[in-house]
Amino acid sequence: MTAVTALPTETRTPRTATRRGRRAGAPYSFLAPALILFVAFFAAPIGYAAYLSLRRVKVSGLGLGAGARTEVWAGMSNYARSLTDPDFLPSVYRIGAYGLIVVPTMLGLALLMALLLDAGRTRVGTFSRTAIFLPYAVPAVVGSLLWGFLYLPRVSPFTDVVQMFGVEPPDVLTGSWVLWAVANIAVWGGTGFNMIVIYTALRAIPTDLFEAARLDGASDKQIAWRIKIPIVLPSLIMTFVFSLIATLQVFAEPMTLKPLSNTISSTWTPLMKVYRDAFVRNDIYSAAATSVVIAVATFAVSFGFLKLVGNRAFNQED
Amino acid sequence: MKKTFAGVLAAALLMTGACSSSDDSDSGSTATKPGEKVELTYWTWAPNMDKVVEGWNTTHPDIHVTVNKQDGGDPAVTKLLTAIKAGSGAPDVMQAEYQKMPTLVSANALADINKEAGSLKAKFPESAWNAVTLGGEALYGVPQDSGPMMFYYRTDVFEKLGLQAPKTWDDYAAAARKIHAANKKQYLGTFSATDAGWFAGLSQQAGASWWGINGDTWSVAINDAATQKVATYWGGLVQEGVIDNKPMYTPEWNAALNDGTQVGWTSSVWGPGVLEGNAASTKGKWKAALLPQWDAASPANGNWGGSATSVTTQSKHKEQAAQFIAWLNTDPAGIKALAGTANVYPASVDSGAALTAPPAFLSNQSDFYTVAAEAAKITKPFTYGPNVNVAYSAYNDAFGKAAASKKAADFPAALTTMQQTTVDDMKNTGFKVAG
Repeated sequence: MTAVTALPTETRTPRTATRRGRRAGAPYSFLAPALILFVAFFAAPIGYAAYLSLRRVKVSGLGLGAGARTEVWAGMSNYARSLTDPDFLPSVYRIGAYGLIVVPTMLGLALLMALLLDAGRTRVGTFSRTAIFLPYAVPAVVGSLLWGFLYLPRVSPFTDVVQMFGVEPPDVLTGSWVLWAVANIAVWGGTGFNMIVIYTALRAIPTDLFEAARLDGASDKQIAWRIKIPIVLPSLIMTFVFSLIATLQVFAEPMTLKPLSNTISSTWTPLMKVYRDAFVRNDIYSAAATSVVIAVATFAVSFGFLKLVGNRAFNQED
Repeated sequence: MKKTFAGVLAAALLMTGACSSSDDSDSGSTATKPGEKVELTYWTWAPNMDKVVEGWNTTHPDIHVTVNKQDGGDPAVTKLLTAIKAGSGAPDVMQAEYQKMPTLVSANALADINKEAGSLKAKFPESAWNAVTLGGEALYGVPQDSGPMMFYYRTDVFEKLGLQAPKTWDDYAAAARKIHAANKKQYLGTFSATDAGWFAGLSQQAGASWWGINGDTWSVAINDAATQKVATYWGGLVQEGVIDNKPMYTPEWNAALNDGTQVGWTSSVWGPGVLEGNAASTKGKWKAALLPQWDAASPANGNWGGSATSVTTQSKHKEQAAQFIAWLNTDPAGIKALAGTANVYPASVDSGAALTAPPAFLSNQSDFYTVAAEAAKITKPFTYGPNVNVAYSAYNDAFGKAAASKKAADFPAALTTMQQTTVDDMKNTGFKVAG
């Protein structure tokens, strides 16, 4: 509707009413493919999941044969069950601890490497950049399999190396080691991507700023701390939000390591619980409810954080 | 431009249309005109099944079967249930593990082919037939292969320590202690918290039947005395440290079989195939025996694995599908191909003729199939329930914790968790559950 008034009428006078009507439809025609795809493959499935989360299956009698199962209205009972599931809260705490390990380590490393690469500007060059970025190009499942082999004492080359020094390596797929083992894969896979984001922001800083700082007697460290980091803060915030979301949705790494370890349960992370409910227990209704809870939590956490950091995030020029 | 847009719109609409349209196809068998060729799809994960089916296709020009290889029992079931829920996409014929039959029947995924299949009951052992009828009148598949449990051990290690193949579980424990004492790195076996089917088979041998039907009521007996006995036994061995606590089917376990640190395996009749793949360098050093017994005077056994061939409810050619299934599992040519080409242990009572030479990996043991036949004969009945998936995933979690803790007391406690989770799930879904 606003599109009609927004048309640049002063440059061209409308000739006929039909002509004008066709013109007004044009933006929608351009938007239609995207809108239709959005509705068909994004909005509709989400709506369907929300609908399923309010349904459940009711079995009659022995539950065998045709017609033994009927889908009925469930109200909020799936949500109640998913939130009170004794496995749910521990999985939330677990990814909380996981996030506390992964996010600072990964972003710290990414920032450090970006600053080092940027300080060297021409010397170290593309090779290091590609080398650090490469793990990001390895799919998480493949990366987890690789690390899985490295973690298993009997097949790991590390075992031989460590044993040369007379030390018996710990089995990192047991006990409290597992959290670190999974976090390590995430850090390994994610640092490169975040480094590139921060590095690109660093490259965009005009060099005269550094020249001015140097004339004023600032050291490299001071330049990094007082000029570079404040200027790339929006990138840091963006990578932080991405990492936060990735933490809430961690799935591929623990899922791939699960068959190798007694410690990783089928509800080790919230998304693994969704997978178990939907595909192991065939209870898509309760899986849908948990998915909605995770989606809302992700939304709340990421937007809450952006609200918290306020305007500093995306318009630092002001 | 307009034309392009219309095209995109049409394409998008087509796509959404394809997503939402789900014509129900439970109309049953449609009459086929004589001479018309019927196409059937068959989901299976048994090796070389496409070659087995070639034998059918060449002799039956009217009914053409196409094999669609699956990753394994669990992924195939997930795919099938998704296709059933979506209303289309299921195959005509499906390999289904015995323990998954109640789940699939409960989801209305398997067709009753009692009428189409004819009388095949006499061709199968009672326990296998019971698994495909669920004890009722309907027939949800024809038994394809069975997996009587067997014990595999390294003869060289046993001979060196003067050990015999264990007759009883007490013997097994003694052998495990002796082997581990002689070499701290060697174990006679491992307690695998990732293989619920393995533990179910061991419990079946001890006399457990985790589910039961009484009228229109289910019963769940996962923490009955027999299973408690099995859990306590293995928990004791794990706590003692004479049995490993790592899962089976990991690169670690493969390496252990291959380098001689796992010198025994309580497995099933299909064990040699796995050993051949995982521990090729130990060929000729293994021997198979009956599973150790709780009571040597009345030998018993359990199943690990085994599956039926079923017709899905979405098949439009039930009659032809049933014909194919009957050929595959009862015709001498079908049984021969199953045993020789697909390397499974056919469920049919007539399989003896097809099974003469021992598996290549155990070519040193000429009586392998005599032992296997004995193992199959003494297999105890066992009823699977409609939520085996829930119970098995509860096994992974609860016994994973117990195995990691290495405390004997945690093993029977894990059974209680398993029982509770299974019963709660059934009650929550609306099944009538006794107790």
